[in-house]
Amino acid sequence: MVHQYKSNGYNIVLDVNSGAVHVVDDIVYDMIPLAKESSFDEIADQLKNKYQEDALKEAFEEIKELEKEGLLYTEDIYQDYIMDFKKRETVVKALCLHIAHDCNLACRYCFAEEGEYHGRRELMSFEIGKKALDFLIQNSGNRRNLEVDFFGGEPLMNFQVVKDLVKYGREQEKIYNKNFRFTLTTNGILLNDDIMEFANKEMANVVLSIDGRKEVNDKMRPFRNGTGSYALIVPKFQKLADSRNQTEYYVRGTFTHHNLDFSKDVLHLADLGFKQISVEPVVAPEQEAYAIQEEDVNRLLEEYDSLAAEMLKRNKEGKSFNFFHFMIDLEGGPCVAKRLSGCGSGTEYLAVTPWGDLYPCHQFVGEEQFLMGNVYEGVTKTDIRDEFKLCNVYAKDKCKDCFAKFYCSGGCAANSFHFHGTITDAYDIGCELQRKRIECAIMLKVAQAE
Amino acid sequence: MKHIKTLNTKRLQNTIKKGGCGECQTSCQSACKTSCTVGNQSCENK
Repeated sequence: MVHQYKSNGYNIVLDVNSGAVHVVDDIVYDMIPLAKESSFDEIADQLKNKYQEDALKEAFEEIKELEKEGLLYTEDIYQDYIMDFKKRETVVKALCLHIAHDCNLACRYCFAEEGEYHGRRELMSFEIGKKALDFLIQNSGNRRNLEVDFFGGEPLMNFQVVKDLVKYGREQEKIYNKNFRFTLTTNGILLNDDIMEFANKEMANVVLSIDGRKEVNDKMRPFRNGTGSYALIVPKFQKLADSRNQTEYYVRGTFTHHNLDFSKDVLHLADLGFKQISVEPVVAPEQEAYAIQEEDVNRLLEEYDSLAAEMLKRNKEGKSFNFFHFMIDLEGGPCVAKRLSGCGSGTEYLAVTPWGDLYPCHQFVGEEQFLMGNVYEGVTKTDIRDEFKLCNVYAKDKCKDCFAKFYCSGGCAANSFHFHGTITDAYDIGCELQRKRIECAIMLKVAQAE
Repeated sequence: MKHIKTLNTKRLQNTIKKGGCGECQTSCQSACKTSCTVGNQSCENK
């Protein structure tokens, strides 16, 4: 499968099954759709009015050389491999700990419903958290690197337990030869110097929630009394980002139907001095006023293109920053097994509620049919785990012919479930945006390679 | 080549032999929490 597109003046060819990326001239660009099946004479016949025969011959030979090297028209040899791979015994290597089902903000788009996740307000006890870490260690097999995200609600509303759990984890990792990578996702309201110092010592990554421009942020991320959060959080986030040397963190925003010009929010965050930025589309039922609608998609695709062009410009001016959804590792990225097997939800990655229940991921918490067990008994509903285990790009009809499948791994199971009632479908608007982001990400790599 | 410039990329087909160790980061833990972003993850088994 080959995907070819024009972006920012480049003719780009992605050989999907090998991952090879080629920048080509117009002759090759026109020839690529023909050269797999047709002979040179047939192609020359079709293109002779546009190009000289000598140039056509040269281009054809170059295409055939790439094909021989396994860099063009590469066959898909992965289907049986991934089916076997997915049937293997799985281990748990990452937990999303819902440290607090409570929040000090009332964000309008919150999938956690102001922290409550269709349930009651509750803080995780140290005892439950300990059991969760024990469960992770016991179920992690030979995996050494274990990830624990302190999530909410707002985890800093239960900061003492976060601290105690990190201490406990550091003791246990020595005993069991594991390496905990702790991360924290916070809205910043309670951040202070002590917490920053702790985060810089213990957290491999921190995710700082802010949507961008003041008016955009404050509309969607108010306190319960309606006042905005921007003025309080920006100085704290700037301080924390600087104290982490502008690495190993993200300022992370959500854009909605109300700010389709979200590139301005990304650039606003960059202008505030942030170097690690992620601003992502809201995922919400279409009846919500803030939900991204199908008719918004073209506008959003243009936004991504213009953001990529602006990033290139800023790179040249020495004002570069990372935009999470445009980051792609072409030279050292993941293996095929990782790319095809999905995010690991329900198998390698589980969410733990404040009372110790296990769900396939944070997005399923509160959906009772996905309750998989608890930290005391482990995964007892193994049928749910098995369903997620077999979820991969070849189990999804929409992914089979999509060029993006090696970069998104079939997309988010929760999004698929919420829009289509099954985890083996795909959230269509999300897919359209994802494809554009991958095109932009590859274009940026092409531009850098010049 | 005159008409084609190829970027340095990892050949996916070559990763079948050594891949699948599972030490890499879980994608949702990085930043997203609402999408699935795998292509930017680093391999820990180089």
